[in-house]
Amino acid sequence: MKTDISATARKAWMSLLAQADEAELASLWRGFDHDPAFDWLRPPEAGGVMVRGRMGGAGAPFNLGEMTVTRCALTLANGTVGHAYVQGRSKPKAEIAAKVDALMQTDVATDLRQAVLQPLQNRLAAQRQARAAKAAATKVEFFTMVRGED
Amino acid sequence: MPQLTETTAYGGGFSAPAQQAAQAFRAAMTALARPGTLQDIAGGSPPAGISPAAGGLLLTLCDPETGVYLAPDVDSPELRAWLAFHTGAPIVAADQADFALGSWAALMPVGQYRVGTSEYPDRSATLIVEMAQLIPATATLTGPGIKERAELRLPDVAACQANAKQFPLGVDFFFTCGGQLTALPRSTTILPKE
Amino acid sequence: MYVAVKGGERAIDNAHAWLAEERRGDTNVAELSLAQIREQMSLAVNRVMAEGSLYDPDLAALAIKQSRGDLIEAIFLIRAYRTTLPRFGYSAAVDTGAMTCDRRISATFKDAPGGQVLGPTFDYTHRLLDFKLAADGEVPQAPIAEPRMEATPHITEFLQGEDIIEREPASDATPGDLTREPMSFPAGRAVRLQSLARGDEGFILGMAYSTQRGYARNHAFVGELRIGKVPVEMEIPELGFAIEIGEVELTECETVNQFKGSKTVPPQFTRGYGLVFGQSERKSIAMALVDRALRWEELGEDNLGAAAQDEEFVLSHCDNIQATGFLEHIKLPHYVDFQSELELVRKLRREAQELAEQMATQEAAE
Repeated sequence: MKTDISATARKAWMSLLAQADEAELASLWRGFDHDPAFDWLRPPEAGGVMVRGRMGGAGAPFNLGEMTVTRCALTLANGTVGHAYVQGRSKPKAEIAAKVDALMQTDVATDLRQAVLQPLQNRLAAQRQARAAKAAATKVEFFTMVRGED
Repeated sequence: MPQLTETTAYGGGFSAPAQQAAQAFRAAMTALARPGTLQDIAGGSPPAGISPAAGGLLLTLCDPETGVYLAPDVDSPELRAWLAFHTGAPIVAADQADFALGSWAALMPVGQYRVGTSEYPDRSATLIVEMAQLIPATATLTGPGIKERAELRLPDVAACQANAKQFPLGVDFFFTCGGQLTALPRSTTILPKE
Repeated sequence: MYVAVKGGERAIDNAHAWLAEERRGDTNVAELSLAQIREQMSLAVNRVMAEGSLYDPDLAALAIKQSRGDLIEAIFLIRAYRTTLPRFGYSAAVDTGAMTCDRRISATFKDAPGGQVLGPTFDYTHRLLDFKLAADGEVPQAPIAEPRMEATPHITEFLQGEDIIEREPASDATPGDLTREPMSFPAGRAVRLQSLARGDEGFILGMAYSTQRGYARNHAFVGELRIGKVPVEMEIPELGFAIEIGEVELTECETVNQFKGSKTVPPQFTRGYGLVFGQSERKSIAMALVDRALRWEELGEDNLGAAAQDEEFVLSHCDNIQATGFLEHIKLPHYVDFQSELELVRKLRREAQELAEQMATQEAAE
């Protein structure tokens, strides 16, 4: 078990897992083909998180509305603890995310990043890029028309 | 060994949260509705030094929106981590607390807790008092939920009487020991046991 | 006294069975899948999420299917469901400045950095029915251009340089939450915005329109309207740090309003704010107008007695679930209530008739 996991690194992969498409995550996880033995510390449960915004985008906070989130926590045979907080109500998605979080703290981290996290990251980036490209095509290019004689 | 602490913090929750929390809630509610009765409460295994009854109450009643005050005799990194994982409840100062946990002596003075307002008497604290024993009784009780008279062991009869005098304001008490609890709502009239 | 009358059970069961059948419609027509509703009725899904106050497109699609497309009924289902969810916590305030915008327009600055990005808008369509869709909904791929990946700054930031627009004081004060504490008045701007964000689109549109027609007039420009996704971050107590727990699509509208100044403030522009789940453009603009109208007291303006200035009026009536619950309950059995009214009216009529007869007898005697 690695002990030098930085909060920044862990935040990055947990955040990525939270947003992942369930079917894609499940398929990549199956491809990784290393389903560890584990015990539940907290079986998956669906709940709500109140999302906050700010007045004028920058001022005092207010409560906008809730979103669904599923969380769970588990421990591997060697004692490594994995947590998941993922968007939506899918328990299988939360379970895979917690297993990935746990295994990312072990020495299979490099392989796992290659097999699961990197493809997720690439797909997400490609999706964003594709939408941004369509948005860019709808950007108005103003030009000035000269009217009158002089 | 940070790993060991971690696992301790993550263990000891309800194994079947829906059923066990419902049973624990029933025990807590019955204790308050029938002051003087002794209720069994099971399922919680908090870190060492905290009774399973108090642990079960915390698991059942606390969530991210209830501030918890831990008196100095029970406050520990282990308990804080356990509460954070299982309830998400923030740790707050005594005068902000929705729930307070500790022995009677460590929780005092009772005047530091919120007693509610006349518009919202419910905005008050509930004290979970860890006791060495729940019997024999030291006070006689009358009032709502009590047919004629009931008996209860109180750590300080005078302080509890003073609290009841503020009704409808005031705090409510759970008394915990091992796997059992009793309760004293502010609505109960207290007489010293003859 | 209440008198319980039984006997409706069989009728109710049978009504439910028929309701299910009617919901399904003609079985020769293919059944709708949730994915179809989510993908092809996405603005209905967005409205149900916004007013149901729960961001979950699949759940909103299910609610729309179950409610036969009655969106207020669907919102009711979502509101009921959300009360069953344990609340894990509150997110950090989302940063709409970091939004990757699908759409971003300003009615005030033509050349705003980031440009005028129209996005998938109805604005310039001709509102002519497209009969091609009746036969075949296949569409060619939308054109693409070089994507802009950096964040688009808020328009109001440019005005702040000159202090020509009021500043939003930064704060991390814990806002009130009307799902936890009953609303009391004055509610304050945070609770107002929460209430408007989940309020009925039609009601808020009507209120906003009333301000444009002169009831609490304050001429508003859409300083900026943006639609896109933002990540949602939450502090996880057991981890001791924050992670992103997902991503939500939002529509944000900021209006720039004329303000002639007060005793303490020189003339400057003021702001109204709208933020809504999903792509909900009309709602977010309306919300910003109503938010601005409700700020009259804080800005030292006159109370013109307009409905949109009356916080109690707006907030107490904007929730369509509260409204429909109270409205529709009057169709449920009130047999006993009505019986007593019936007897009262009969008694009054009897008395009136007796009086008339007495008068007639007296007149005849005279």
